[in-house]
Amino acid sequence: MKSITLKEAVLQLKKGLTTAQEICIACQQRLHKTNKLNMFVTETTSGELQKQIQSSNKAYIEGAAKPLEGIPIAFKDNFCTKGVRTTCGSKMLQNYIPPYDATMVTKCKQAGGIVMGKTNMDEFAMGSGSLDSCHGPVINPWNLVVSPHIHSELSQNSPAESDDTASLNEPDWYISGGSSGGSAAAVAAGACLAAFGSDTGGSTRNPASYCGVVGFKPTYGLLSRHGLIPLVNSMDVPGILTKTVEDSALVLNSVAGHDILDSTTFTEAYTPFIIKEDLDLSKVHIGIPKEFHAPSLSEEVLMLWRKTADMFEKAGAKVSQVSMPHAQLCIICYHVLCCCEVASNFSRYDGIEFGLRDGSEESTEELYAGSRHKGFNGVVRGRILAGNFFLLKKNYTKFFLKAQKVRRLISNDFRQVFSTGVNLLLTPTTLTDAPLHSWFSKQDNRTRCEEQDIFTTPANMAGVPAMSLPLGLSRQGLPLSLQLIGPHFSESLLLSAAHWLEKDAKFSHLDLDFLEFSDKSFRRA
Amino acid sequence: MAASLTQQTKECIFKTCLFCNLFHKTIATRSMNIKRSHISATVQKEVQPEWQGVIGLEIHAQIKTLSKLFSGAATIYDANTNTQVAFFDAALPGTLPVLNQKCVQAGVMTALALGCDINLVSKFDRKHYFYADMPAGYQITQYRKPLAVNGRMTYMFQCSHNNKIERRSAQILQIQLEQDSGKSLHDPAVGYSLIDLNRAGIGLMEIVTAPDFTSGDDAASFVKDLRDILIDIGACDGKMAEGSLRVDANISVHRPGEPLGIRSEVKNINSFRNIRLAVDYEIRRQIQLLESGEQVVNETRSFDIQDGETVTMREKEKVLDYRFLPEPNLPPLVIHKDRSSVKSSQNVVVLEEVKSVLKELPDEKRKRLETKYNISLKNSVILVRANLAELFEKLVEHHSCDPAAASSVLRNSYAPFLDKAKLNSTDRPISDDGLAEIINIYGRGEISETSLGILLREKSENIHLSCKEIMDKNNLCILNDELLINAAIDDVCERNPKAVKAYKKGKTNQLEILSTKVKKKLDGKVASGKLYQLVKEKLQK
Repeated sequence: MKSITLKEAVLQLKKGLTTAQEICIACQQRLHKTNKLNMFVTETTSGELQKQIQSSNKAYIEGAAKPLEGIPIAFKDNFCTKGVRTTCGSKMLQNYIPPYDATMVTKCKQAGGIVMGKTNMDEFAMGSGSLDSCHGPVINPWNLVVSPHIHSELSQNSPAESDDTASLNEPDWYISGGSSGGSAAAVAAGACLAAFGSDTGGSTRNPASYCGVVGFKPTYGLLSRHGLIPLVNSMDVPGILTKTVEDSALVLNSVAGHDILDSTTFTEAYTPFIIKEDLDLSKVHIGIPKEFHAPSLSEEVLMLWRKTADMFEKAGAKVSQVSMPHAQLCIICYHVLCCCEVASNFSRYDGIEFGLRDGSEESTEELYAGSRHKGFNGVVRGRILAGNFFLLKKNYTKFFLKAQKVRRLISNDFRQVFSTGVNLLLTPTTLTDAPLHSWFSKQDNRTRCEEQDIFTTPANMAGVPAMSLPLGLSRQGLPLSLQLIGPHFSESLLLSAAHWLEKDAKFSHLDLDFLEFSDKSFRRA
Repeated sequence: MAASLTQQTKECIFKTCLFCNLFHKTIATRSMNIKRSHISATVQKEVQPEWQGVIGLEIHAQIKTLSKLFSGAATIYDANTNTQVAFFDAALPGTLPVLNQKCVQAGVMTALALGCDINLVSKFDRKHYFYADMPAGYQITQYRKPLAVNGRMTYMFQCSHNNKIERRSAQILQIQLEQDSGKSLHDPAVGYSLIDLNRAGIGLMEIVTAPDFTSGDDAASFVKDLRDILIDIGACDGKMAEGSLRVDANISVHRPGEPLGIRSEVKNINSFRNIRLAVDYEIRRQIQLLESGEQVVNETRSFDIQDGETVTMREKEKVLDYRFLPEPNLPPLVIHKDRSSVKSSQNVVVLEEVKSVLKELPDEKRKRLETKYNISLKNSVILVRANLAELFEKLVEHHSCDPAAASSVLRNSYAPFLDKAKLNSTDRPISDDGLAEIINIYGRGEISETSLGILLREKSENIHLSCKEIMDKNNLCILNDELLINAAIDDVCERNPKAVKAYKKGKTNQLEILSTKVKKKLDGKVASGKLYQLVKEKLQK
């Protein structure tokens, strides 16, 4: 079983060319072969997996297969899974077993999907490198093909257990991006055919860009957040990670729609989004926001951006430069709003009802302080502190309210641009291809987030759909990606245009099939 | 000027009641005049009369719904520990609030009943503080844009010392929806604190008043009437002992004309009596502090029921900044004026529909009874409170009863009779015709108040007997023979020469004591008014 896509898998399953058993076992094997990449935090037990496989097999035999029947899907470890540990990459929830499934998990299961396991992430989704997890960092699977000299090292050394292992003596490696690094890496490596991440400021699109997969953040309110452990409620969106745009649409259509358990989901009746194979590009107007020409943008990404814009134009699309004057305020505004909601959302982690309880039981305050100090890493604690400061009565207007106003301005920029006839925006997703661990860890989490999220955060501010898709390889052989952003609920057009681009770009996906032919190491055969 | 003077005098008299509770109990049977003179004497001697209490109330009323404000968990009181807890109520990560429209409906109904302006768009905020029985670390409430503002509620001020009744009104500043907290149970013996989340997340309405009250009686009277309204419209069961209705009082004192004093807040008062006691105690305490040159501290206090005192809970300066944040998981709460703006599938609250089911409010009812039937405020208050207004109107409208006689019989005889027989106001142990006949007999002066009670009881037990038959059988006819009455008066006066002497020295309350003795001697078969007249004549001879 080669690097198969979700759509191909469904077709083959329907035709009886393969079975759910074969697909799942292949993914499971890949998962085990790539164990050292530290992509998974919890793997579904073989017994449970077999149960799900049997049920899918039966569905195919009975002709009652649902859209994702028998498809292995992984979930970022911030989606609650009934009876299965959900840690958010934090000591605080290291032993937390939710008593319920997140709506995304429920809907995937209802659509026949098979849960492969829970993927690694930055602690509570705060990060853009997937390095700040209590389970250790995620290693980009492209390392296995672009820097063969580290393969043997990787195969011998266990992945780092804490986030400060990046000493220069160790072999260097490319990071997966984050915070949904585990999910993006798992899809790229073929350990599942689709994965869920979460996207608050780019946490799905950023690792998708670095791992060479499609990362999709739908319109805010289209997918239920019930059971997604929140970072910033007003920006969090479940993100979909797949190999292709078509796969993304398949997953989207299986999980979108109103959920009575999430009052912020769109209440209108939901109609499936359709990819138009015969998209008439002469009717499409692509905007290139000039403010996205960041000084630190790498030459290769810039070239790809230009080339892609030209491709659109050659195919008949109208391409023009647009202005989004407030986009540059995005990062600082995001920082304030994120910290405020974090300070609030994280008040519940007090060790009383659930989570780590580690402090003096002499007084409630000491118990709280002890548990929260030991349970959260410095990044989380820093954001809580800042957020509480911003929310103080004397600071509320100066920080929170002002940031909300700026958010409105950013949102209005999108509205303004889309109201002038622009259908989609084309931008980079990240500044470069995947950075090296040694370089990334030279700066702290906050600095890296501010730098890494600059192209992705605006879409979260406005709640509009955005997709990162891999379109080429860098000189180093690492994926390069761009981002398409559309107006609210423009998923059909966004998916169609992305699908058109994807067909044209013929991106060569990561192929790790050699792993199965070599028992000794990761080395290419 | 005159009006304000009267007002001031009234408040003075009233306030002084605070200082001599015990004394008042002992003179409860004396006449009003004596009370007044005695009080003013006390005032001059002991207290500076110009201090005035200023009280504002925050009332937390649990909304009577089957499920909680934001979750599907049940709200049954006294259920087994932690059996009414949805995942959301335990603040499990990833859970989200889903607004219970039934709670909104109750809130809107209350807002209408209290004459508030309803915000067609209101919002929810998070109020942060760490407390073990508040699992999320914040309470969802309405801070910046509450459900309703700017109302006014009429209530019957009732003085606990002289039964004086007066119609007053207070301004409602706002009504907000919010979550109740859980309960902590501390066991110092083993050093455990146990948490029960059954109450966590039950819908509350916080009703905030302007500082319009002046005394414990005033505040308690308001809450009593508010409770009646809430029960009447079904928004709250009003069970104060179960914590369904809890009162926080903000209390300060000042001299009229001067700026308001520093206030303290007494939290979680759970009965009318405690409202009166706590407020009056706190006023007294603050006056004492100020008189001895000290300052009132802005702090939160609780009322110790055992000692009848308020005690410090925490100083306000130490209270945390609540760091309010708009609740990001709930869209703005929209109340629709009418159905036209509502999509059919939506589960929403429509103002017109709530208005249409709102019944006549107690004060509207009282006012109608007073103006339409010309009955006294006191009678209207009792008829409405005893839920007998409807019966009253029926008797007057359809059975041609005299309103004065009907209200008197219902209030003085029928309501106590129901009480004694442990019957509800909706039970009808006597047919309306029978009741009308009894009222007419009384109206014609054919039976005394005392005998009425017997007639009501007998009639309810012997439906087949006519009133005439019962009265004959039990010898209930009124005694009108003045010779007989006077003989009884003479007899009583002879046996009580001290009382007669006291009366002649000015102790007019002896009139009532002697009259009661005469009445007893005559088996209660004499009309009170007539008896008083005759006794008075005898004593003044």
